[in-house]
Amino acid sequence: METIADFEVQYSQFLDPEGKPSADIPALATDTEKLLDMYRLMTVTRVFDTKAINLQRTGKLGTYASCLGHEAAHVGIAAAMRPDDVLAPSYREYGAMLCRGVTMTEILLYWGGDERGSDYAGPRNDFPMCVPIATQCLHAAGAAMAFQLRGEDRCAVSINGDGGTSEGAFYEAMNIAGARKLPVVFMVVNNKWAISLPIEMQTASKTLAQKAVAAGIPGIQVDGNDIIAVRHWVERALERARNGEGACLIEAVTYRLSDHTTADDSSRYRKQEEVEAARTVEPLIRIRQYLMDLGVWDKKKETKLLNDAAAKVDAAVEKYLHTPKPDIESMFDHMYAQWPEQLEEQRQHAIRYGGTNGDSHG
Amino acid sequence: MAEVTLIDALTMAMAWELEHDPSVVVLGEDVGVNGGVFRATAGLQKKFGVDRVQDTPLAEGMIAGISIGMAAQGMRPIAEIQFMGFIYPTVDQIINHAGRMRNRTRGRLTCPMVLRAPFGGGIHAPEHHSESTEAMFAHMPGIRVVIPSSPTRAYGLLLAAIRDPDPVVFLEPKRIYRLNKQDVEDNGKALPMDVCYILREGSDITVVTWGAMTFETLKAVDQLARKGIRCEVIDLTTISPIDYETILESVQKTGRLVIVHEAARTCGVGAEIAAIVAEKGIYDLQGPIRRVTGYDVVMPLFRREMDYMPSVGKIIDVIQESLED
Repeated sequence: METIADFEVQYSQFLDPEGKPSADIPALATDTEKLLDMYRLMTVTRVFDTKAINLQRTGKLGTYASCLGHEAAHVGIAAAMRPDDVLAPSYREYGAMLCRGVTMTEILLYWGGDERGSDYAGPRNDFPMCVPIATQCLHAAGAAMAFQLRGEDRCAVSINGDGGTSEGAFYEAMNIAGARKLPVVFMVVNNKWAISLPIEMQTASKTLAQKAVAAGIPGIQVDGNDIIAVRHWVERALERARNGEGACLIEAVTYRLSDHTTADDSSRYRKQEEVEAARTVEPLIRIRQYLMDLGVWDKKKETKLLNDAAAKVDAAVEKYLHTPKPDIESMFDHMYAQWPEQLEEQRQHAIRYGGTNGDSHG
Repeated sequence: MAEVTLIDALTMAMAWELEHDPSVVVLGEDVGVNGGVFRATAGLQKKFGVDRVQDTPLAEGMIAGISIGMAAQGMRPIAEIQFMGFIYPTVDQIINHAGRMRNRTRGRLTCPMVLRAPFGGGIHAPEHHSESTEAMFAHMPGIRVVIPSSPTRAYGLLLAAIRDPDPVVFLEPKRIYRLNKQDVEDNGKALPMDVCYILREGSDITVVTWGAMTFETLKAVDQLARKGIRCEVIDLTTISPIDYETILESVQKTGRLVIVHEAARTCGVGAEIAAIVAEKGIYDLQGPIRRVTGYDVVMPLFRREMDYMPSVGKIIDVIQESLED
């Protein structure tokens, strides 16, 4: 026997949990304006997330999936993208969505039970949040195929979690992206838990990055709590894709510090010590420290940022809470471009009854 | 004008649209070099190139998923699923995304795609190649389901499906792919979806059918015509949304309804037609609605497949029973 195929998986981290450089820092890490922008957005995302959970707890929002602990991975991905690239997220990547120009009000409307939350005023071509796990990987591959066919200098990026790597769609998307050299980047934000299933039970694979091997595309693992590593490697992957070199898989390792959603209680299946340990390496601490060490951040700026973020979030919440319910007929009006007349009777029925029993259903 | 079969008409429609709309892409397993296992895409790759007519890896869920991604970003993919028995991995993508994209983004993103698949029995095919599960797709909001039953309608309806701004599941009765020829003018003219097509006018009884069963039904009613029985035959054509108006008008005239479909009976599209006629046309009926359908069993392998399906004899008997009510 002889070895006819071999692989290795690289891991990258630039900032250690204390915010000290752990490797030769890339150019990005010296661009303090970029770093400050990302840090501000990570913080705003966290303030928003905390507020959204509170809204759910007080009955003002439906079930909500928190992004606590994922801020570096999410913001880092979108910060590496160009505006005319396309994002196909799953359902908790608010840092990425906000970075792309989705508004907090839109995110709240979505989780508040209103389809208008997915009608983004900003990134008109981005895919909406995707709940059926990993199905969006194929939409990103399809979008990349459209860009490739039209000869456009654009890329698609999908984001799924560790659980999603067990889905066929995840592999199918990588496989065709590999076969066609599609301009797409597959991001796996490995937060170690798929609701109650720990990563060790999800797969025997030592890394999720190596799932790229079978698809014939490069896969790397990065510290998902290190925004410099995430952004740097996503930028490299996008550059590669734009150069016609095809797709990449990037596994960003982080930790879900929250419950899966507000409908979940993670104390049922994981130890508090594990969560506490993960909290000490969470992503905001290290980038803040790094910025302070660079002398571009301080306590005063931090206080101002938190106040500004709270005000911004409060304004978005106000707007959300004051958005009237969608019209009753809107459930019909966006089903088809060409309205089938045979459905008109049902539409009229809904209009007739909607005003009377709509409120009694909440 | 050319005398063409149903499958030739499909190829013509795809070629027309590939020629006239640069956003149209044909994709699927073996659709390129090989021209499709039934040859529906024969010659298209040669004419339009490997970018416009693409052989994909073998994964049906993937074919549906990338079609949705392409469609949402401005392309008009025509995806072929080789046989309906392999269509089920696409259901996740079709029900969760294709049918919902427009609605859930309030029209920001849309899904103008066609999912083509040959379906139905009667060609001595292997296991999993002969089922008729159109009702499954008819139950999905946001999806049109269209079944042509002649070369003319195959051409015009596939053009309409490709041009429609929303997803269309286009099911092709493969038993009649090459059963007959018609003069079909390759003029790019679409035929309307969402409406039934009346194949025979008559005043004694209404027979609603679709797909390959239109052939058995027409044979049956032609035999009955010799006995002076005038059947009105309606080709449902668009399985969803159903054109109830045409059916109700016909029942108003005839007072009797028989529904013929190859698919299994329970929750078949016939049940929906019967329900709507019971709701809106029961006082026009002079007797019970009757169905001639496949049985609620696993489709038999081909030695017994014709015994599973409605036949000319079965259809004649049920029409006659109905007329005796």
